[in-house]
Amino acid sequence: MDLNFTAADEAFRAEVRSFIERKLPADIRRKVLESQRLVKDDYYRWHVLLHEQGWVAANWPKEFGGPGWNAAQQHIFEEECADAGAPILSPFGLRMVAPVIMAFASPAQQQYYLPRIRSGEHWWCQGYSEPGSGSDLASLRTRAERVGDKYIVNGQKTWTTLGHHANWIFCLVRTNAEARKQEGISFLLIDMNTPGITVRPIIMIDGEHEVNEVWFENVEVPVGNLIGEENKGWTYAKYLLGHERTNIAEVGRSKRRLKRLKEIAAQQPGSDGKPLLQDVRFRDRIAQVEIELMALEITNLRVIAADMEKRAPGPEASLLKIRGSEIQQTLTELMMQALGHDALPFQHAAMDPEYAGEVIGPGYGVPLSGQYFNFRKTTIYGGSNEIQRNIISKMILGF
Amino acid sequence: MNFNFSEEQQQLRDTLDRYVRKDYGFEKRRGIIHGDSGWSAEVWAQLADLGVLAVGLPEEHGGLGGGPFDTLLVMEALGRGMVVEPYLATVVLGAGLVARAGSEEQKAEILPAVASGDRRLALAHHERGGRYDLSRIETSARRDGDGWVLDGHKSVVLHGAAADTLLVSARTPSGLSLFLVDAGASGVTRRDTPAQDGHRVAEVMLRSARGDLVGDEGAALPQIELALDHAIAALCAEAVGGMAALIEATVGYLKTRKQFGVPIGSFQALQHRAVEMYLHAEQARSMSYLAADKLGASDAAERRRAISGAKVLVGNAARYVGQQAVQLHGGIGVTDELAVGHYFKRLTMITLLFGDVDHHLAQFGEAMSA
Ligand SMILES: Cc1cc2nc3c(=O)[nH]c(=O)nc-3n(C[C@H](O)[C@H](O)[C@H](O)COP(=O)(O)OP(=O)(O)OC[C@H]3O[C@@H](n4cnc5c(N)ncnc54)[C@H](O)[C@@H]3O)c2cc1C
Repeated sequence: MDLNFTAADEAFRAEVRSFIERKLPADIRRKVLESQRLVKDDYYRWHVLLHEQGWVAANWPKEFGGPGWNAAQQHIFEEECADAGAPILSPFGLRMVAPVIMAFASPAQQQYYLPRIRSGEHWWCQGYSEPGSGSDLASLRTRAERVGDKYIVNGQKTWTTLGHHANWIFCLVRTNAEARKQEGISFLLIDMNTPGITVRPIIMIDGEHEVNEVWFENVEVPVGNLIGEENKGWTYAKYLLGHERTNIAEVGRSKRRLKRLKEIAAQQPGSDGKPLLQDVRFRDRIAQVEIELMALEITNLRVIAADMEKRAPGPEASLLKIRGSEIQQTLTELMMQALGHDALPFQHAAMDPEYAGEVIGPGYGVPLSGQYFNFRKTTIYGGSNEIQRNIISKMILGF
Repeated sequence: MNFNFSEEQQQLRDTLDRYVRKDYGFEKRRGIIHGDSGWSAEVWAQLADLGVLAVGLPEEHGGLGGGPFDTLLVMEALGRGMVVEPYLATVVLGAGLVARAGSEEQKAEILPAVASGDRRLALAHHERGGRYDLSRIETSARRDGDGWVLDGHKSVVLHGAAADTLLVSARTPSGLSLFLVDAGASGVTRRDTPAQDGHRVAEVMLRSARGDLVGDEGAALPQIELALDHAIAALCAEAVGGMAALIEATVGYLKTRKQFGVPIGSFQALQHRAVEMYLHAEQARSMSYLAADKLGASDAAERRRAISGAKVLVGNAARYVGQQAVQLHGGIGVTDELAVGHYFKRLTMITLLFGDVDHHLAQFGEAMSA
């Protein structure tokens, strides 16, 4: 037993750290560290910088243009990015559709899509959920009917994260209404500029535009955009769920937020006039979540080590998702709590990094209540925590 | 022992419940909070007509009389409808202070105008840097002729911009004092800001603003403490109303939303979550009654234990109920579209106002050893 990284891993970490220090633009870094609003160009700039370095597709094997890192290296890379305040790259292209393309698409499709994902020319979003199909995804109703060399798509997707930034969407669509519900689903790639697609914003609880409804009305999609075989889409979608687990725990980002929470608590006055960080009750709350995070970091490494030994991916991802999301929520809640009455003002205009007007309370407080409200999403999306618990009870405990 | 409300009280509650349900729908509220002032003069006049603004105010000054339990009923109904008009600021905090600490002349001038809906008040006490310590005040007042002038900066004043008259706390030679300040007077600047929960808060800057002393010079702190205890009891009642609305909405949703071919409420894991919400809400209701009851306690420690105890228990309950209501609604729970998210935000702000759970645990503990 040895809980430490190898010397080679540590050298790798130093290389990553020095790259980020040199290249990550200071304005983006500040926005991330201070939980300010990011625009598409912020993500894009960082994407391009990583692409130039050959690191943007951190989880891809060499044969498809990735760096070919092992699980430990991928983890270290993510951890360093998170710690330094790099923005989270949009996962939909790099981490979600790309692995499916690598595993199931034709060579021609691979040659067309993968380089464009890496370069950032194609910006993807995920079209799975529908108003009537959230946890029960397999009940989805968006139809694709084959007519000649085209599919005609009709229906509605929802909760489409950053769909307003995207020019491509990967969709689960129903191609056989007669079959058992999991067996009539196909995996279709759709150019968002195709006529008949409408994107409508959904405003989140914190007043921000982050998710969308995407409507399809007689949208013509070339059959060449189908991945793999018709009616096998559910298998591909499940493959993806099993493989997407580096970083699901968000340990790196939570460590950064913990640091931030302590900085804020050190600056906020407690009721006795001393820094809030010295208030025993508040400090205990920080300690509780820090200890939980220490444990999760090791749990996460245990899963990574199993990956390195090429053991088949198991349901541990659910554990990482549950505890990881709970920790994120606790951290954002404590940041808000630290503000006391200064958590009340809703200073929407001041969320704009260009804002130069007056601010009520400390500047760092402006985004914190909204961040707490917004982060309630983390236990809902990506398979809700209730669904994750169902998975553990079935797959691990055998109920 | 009697846990029943009188016929008059029930009538008050029913009238207000009906008004809120019929005339204060979610879309109407949305229009109000996005309007310029953030509150509706029309609604305010209707509340006056219903007699709500006179509840708890002395009969000899245009009020309807009544005490903390009447205020509790009003606040619970307002909580159910997430009413954003400045009732707490004007009637509970402002008029309550004037009624308890003001001179006969001040009462006669202000209270009838509050009851009739013609005047709104706000308590400008909190300052930056004090967190929840009520005595950490730097605003100062000095004598000027036969009156006083005030200088300072009050922060996050609840509905400060809606107020015609501000109650401002300030340091004077013998301690902390309270002043009535005309909100439109020279030397008073207010900056209005929306709050996270649809209410409004203001920064209030005072530069040699004229003030009229309320009560004895240097004797304001106990009065302010009592006023905030009244406000805490009222907020607890508001939270009880908000939680009831959330539980109703969530249980209804669990019964109608289908996934996997069945209502999601058929999953026992979710039923138990809803049950836990209910347990929290019932305990919170009990604590809101206790808080209202002990507002008049002659023993300070007894009052402290009930008020702080209520703020702790209701804070924990509001947190659980709000978070779970959002969670059990899934994606739509975290949108601006649904009332659920707005209740959650209001409940969250209630837990932070006038002392969070940690603060009141400490207060409760101190009352234990006192
Ligand atoms: C911010 C955000 C971003 C998102 N981004 C995307 C995206 O980009 N693309 C995309 O396709 N989707 C996206 N989603 C959708 C997300 O995956 C769904 O919200 C999620 O699957 C839950 O579905 P639902 O919202 O319909 O809730 P429901 O499935 O209706 O669930 C309601 C409640 O019931 C519980 N529940 C349901 N079934 C069970 C069960 N069997 N046992 C116990 N409890 C159960 C749930 O846990 C939840 O608490 C996003 C969601 C959010 C909030």
